[in-house]
Amino acid sequence: MHDTWVICRREFAGYFATPLAYVFIVIFLASIGAFTFFFGNFFIQGQANLDSFFLFHPWLYLFLIPAIAMRLWAEERKSGSIELLLTLPITTLSAVVGKFLAAWSVAGVSLILTAPIWITVNYLGSPDNGAILAGYLGSFFMAGGYLAIGAFVSALTRNQVIAFIIAAAICFVFTASGLGVVLEFFSGWAPRALLDIVMGFSFIEHFKDIARGVIDIRDVVFFSSMIVFFLFANVVAVEYKKGG
Amino acid sequence: MTMVAIKGLTKRFGHLLAVDNISLEVSKGEVLGFLGPNGSGKSTTMKMVTGYLTPTSGTAEVCGIDVLEDPIQAQRHIGYLPEGAPAYGDMTPQAYLGFIADVRRLSGAARRAAVTRAVELTHLDRVLYQPVDTLSKGYKRRVGLAQALIHDPDVLILDEPTDGLDPNQKFEVRTLIREMSGEKAIVISTHILEEVEAVCSRAVIISEGRVVADGTPDDLEHRSRYYNAISLSLPPANIDSVREGLHSLAAVASVEQRDTAGVQAELVVVPEDGGDILGEVSRLVRESGWEVDQIRVERGHLDEVFRTITTGEALPAGGDGHA
Repeated sequence: MHDTWVICRREFAGYFATPLAYVFIVIFLASIGAFTFFFGNFFIQGQANLDSFFLFHPWLYLFLIPAIAMRLWAEERKSGSIELLLTLPITTLSAVVGKFLAAWSVAGVSLILTAPIWITVNYLGSPDNGAILAGYLGSFFMAGGYLAIGAFVSALTRNQVIAFIIAAAICFVFTASGLGVVLEFFSGWAPRALLDIVMGFSFIEHFKDIARGVIDIRDVVFFSSMIVFFLFANVVAVEYKKGG
Repeated sequence: MTMVAIKGLTKRFGHLLAVDNISLEVSKGEVLGFLGPNGSGKSTTMKMVTGYLTPTSGTAEVCGIDVLEDPIQAQRHIGYLPEGAPAYGDMTPQAYLGFIADVRRLSGAARRAAVTRAVELTHLDRVLYQPVDTLSKGYKRRVGLAQALIHDPDVLILDEPTDGLDPNQKFEVRTLIREMSGEKAIVISTHILEEVEAVCSRAVIISEGRVVADGTPDDLEHRSRYYNAISLSLPPANIDSVREGLHSLAAVASVEQRDTAGVQAELVVVPEDGGDILGEVSRLVRESGWEVDQIRVERGHLDEVFRTITTGEALPAGGDGHA
């Protein structure tokens, strides 16, 4: 715990020592605003809820989350500081979890900073704030899922650009696996059961209900197990490189 | 007291055998110089001892703790400066050393004292609040050194600690290493041979992943064919007769002329079996009435030994394969 906390603190400060965190937050807020108001027709709908706001989260995360995840390990490998990190008396697991939590906190801070939009709906009407809270929590967990994927990919390469592109591609597959673009690929030949499994991995499918304020324990379990699985893969990837 | 015991360490990268069954012991108070050409396996060995790489076979013990069985406990006893002194470039030395101190589980007054001490030892006080990325190579190296010293470890493993430092900084770092050597076991890797003479109590030469020589720097110098050789500076005029005269001495193996830039010629009289021939040579010089400006006894050239051993050329007479 102590080690995880120390690593997390350093990593979190690292985001704010460079413009990265600020750029991320500004871009996130600007695009979520643009999407919600222009494409989501936030005002025209005339409804006091944040459905149109949450609707775009998966698509934004798809390329923004890999951007904050790509540096986690690739940069350490590039600069050689990974040798330092791994020879300090900490376990690989605490390093992996610490780094993940730091990046997750940056995502969390960005989400909190979207509060004006929540204030706006409360000013204009009387929304179901419980549902909105559920939406925020769901969005946060979904961000964790994307982030765990990005962190894992980052551990596989020393090149941040490659880490970004591959992570974004994998995130896309997970985002869109409930949509035609991915399902078409399977539908010609794969049995129905496989299609269901593929659909079952869709972040959008799992986020859809949460965004409407319905917290299903299966969705929570899904995102949590995505996080756990990819963090485990992350540990394996880091350990594997020790052997080679 | 043995602090580091390397037991049959072997590392294979694909087909490349980087480290081939190295066994070594380093005791408290020893400064072991790890010498070898680039790519000989020095860094790989250090990486395995510090737990960064997993050996293909063999293991290492640090303060009696097996680095494979309990890496965390072993790493607590080690201060390690990796090759190239990597650090987190966006942090200031102050923040960076604080982070290392936190990881090393120092807190409160002990943490402050440890950071202050490391900063003092490495003279970092002037750059404490500048990001590491903006520092000169010399300062970066010292930040890495400070990081390795912060918890006052029993075992220090320093991969090329003076690389990129100017002569004054090199001198400081060597002084620091010597001062600390009493209480610790220190392993440094280098390819600067003067460093070995300056700080090391023991030198190990490795080549192609194997230990090819192990002894005090003095031992290694003994293995030079120039050990106890006599060099003479003299005007170039009558050099041939002097050469023949010297060659006739029984204890002399050969007489070589060294290339010099100045007007003086220089002859090197190499003794048979590293014997002491100063008396004989100087007597001959006196008796023959040669005009000689300078007579000097050579200490033996570590770089020549190094070259001979690591390029696999046959050792000259006097070398017995293992010191």
